[in-house]
Amino acid sequence: MIERIDSDQIRILNEKANKIRELIIEMLLTAGSGHSAGPLGMADIFTAFYFHILNQDPKNPDMKDRDRLILSNGHICPVRYATMALRGYFDISELQTLRKINSRLQGHPHRTSLPGVETSSGPLGEGLSQGIGIALAAKIDKAKYQVYVIASDGEHQEGNIWEAVMFAGKMKLNNLTLVIDRNNIQIDGFTEDVMPLEPIVDKYKSFNWHVIEVDGHNIEAFINAINEAKSIFEKPTVIIAHTIPGKGVDFMEKDYLWHGSPPNKEQAREALKELRTLGNKIISEHQ
Amino acid sequence: MLNKDLYLNENIFETPTLEATRDGYGKALLKLGEENPNIVVLTADLAESTRVDEFAKNFPDRFFDCGVAEQNMAAIAAGLGVSGKIAYISSYAVFSPGKNWETLRTTVVYNHSNVKIAGHHAGIMTGPDGPTHQATEDIAITRCWPKMKVIVPADSIEAYKATYNSSESEDPYYIRFTRDKTPVITTSKTPYDENKIQVFWVSNNPQVTIAATGYMLYYALIAASNLQKEGVETEVLNISSIKPLDQDTILKSVSKTNALITIEDHQVDGGMGSAISEMLSRRRPTLQEFVGLQNTFAESGDTKALIEKYGLSSKSIQEKTINLLKRKNG
Repeated sequence: MIERIDSDQIRILNEKANKIRELIIEMLLTAGSGHSAGPLGMADIFTAFYFHILNQDPKNPDMKDRDRLILSNGHICPVRYATMALRGYFDISELQTLRKINSRLQGHPHRTSLPGVETSSGPLGEGLSQGIGIALAAKIDKAKYQVYVIASDGEHQEGNIWEAVMFAGKMKLNNLTLVIDRNNIQIDGFTEDVMPLEPIVDKYKSFNWHVIEVDGHNIEAFINAINEAKSIFEKPTVIIAHTIPGKGVDFMEKDYLWHGSPPNKEQAREALKELRTLGNKIISEHQ
Repeated sequence: MLNKDLYLNENIFETPTLEATRDGYGKALLKLGEENPNIVVLTADLAESTRVDEFAKNFPDRFFDCGVAEQNMAAIAAGLGVSGKIAYISSYAVFSPGKNWETLRTTVVYNHSNVKIAGHHAGIMTGPDGPTHQATEDIAITRCWPKMKVIVPADSIEAYKATYNSSESEDPYYIRFTRDKTPVITTSKTPYDENKIQVFWVSNNPQVTIAATGYMLYYALIAASNLQKEGVETEVLNISSIKPLDQDTILKSVSKTNALITIEDHQVDGGMGSAISEMLSRRRPTLQEFVGLQNTFAESGDTKALIEKYGLSSKSIQEKTINLLKRKNG
């Protein structure tokens, strides 16, 4: 099981998540294109994974029995890159190469470009299936690693997802945990307007999955949910993480127009000011 | 005459032995399953007709039936392939690599996952099922993928060798199989090397190069034999590997003949003939005739009738070869 965390650890992890949000804004500004809302919304969960949950070694990213973290909705990769850099997989300065020529940080992740990225992704609906394949390989090899897949809510409109959900239910894949970023937005609007996903809990239950709902910004609650998932042996588990798109930057929060856009210089300055002062709760050293 | 150095079946013109290429696939998987614990096989509800049912019986822990879900099958295989497994996915070519093309592109090819795509029931040979099940574009949509291997075995023995051989590389492969029993041209002694095209029919003074892929090789050999009787000497190349393409052997042949006819059960647009034409237009522009589907779907029908109607028969190959020769000499 994953160790529980105390209040000091919670504070440290929250600070890391805040730092990751700053890095996301900085890299998107330099890149000049990319997605803002999703990466910011998932900063807490990526922090929990890379700084507490995953059995991984940044200096040995191909470690045989490492836990696998599959990112299905590849467009939120800035949060993965920023978290990996902060965790020590590569130098933070490399984040400035996002989406630029000759970079390992492709606009959507490429497995063979960057060690530690388990799959290539971007086209939606394919990550859970790949996670299933990796989980099956672990079963064949009697390996102990856990497979975590992060998927978006909007990509549940892809048929491939439901093919995979059906398959994982059939195979009772208890070494597989799916985390859904339930932020309610997609490019064209709110998910429930574009193509409703609810009742998503009932849908997963009917496919023989164990379902947990959690506040995606409560790192302690998320770690507890991961532990609950590990204790379920007879079925795969989905953690539906309710998140706020654009979390941490007031003018981006809950606005679907920030799904696929980067900040301009002025907006980035505004966002960084808010993040560096923790929403004006502290006076920044930069002021 | 048949190339003596290749240990080909001498009986093919009189009493050919018949076996489907898919049977070679199934046998090779069974052998691989015994030898290599990392071999895994997936299907999308087509275990028997893609000949993976024996593998399933013998290695149930390494066999996964995904149900009728080709995208899921492709991406699950991709996950297995990046985790030390060698994954063979078995469905009809229309569905895989047809229906799941982008999934394969991203999760297998771009991802460089160790997955071998077996596309069954390819070509108009799928006959009575009609064009919905006759994959006639699969070579085009796989050979355009960077660093992909695209293999079309000529008979069941070559299908066995191609399947077995593909396990020794970490690269993704597309291997094309057909449904009906077709003449077994090669023997276990015939050399197989995906980097080397074999010249199956040789002549002292060849006037036309005939390049055929898959079971069409048999029709090409019949045509070559008949043409020989009419005094037209040819060389017949077995293009079982479309990618990689052994350029040197093709160039060597067309440097003698200055005329090429390509034969395939596939659309002529983007197929094997196109692959060779693209190469020759760069290195040695050559007069070329294309035999295959000409900008049309086929239809339901008996295989033999379809092959005749759509211009793939030996007779049609002979006529087109003669016409090509006239153009060359005209």
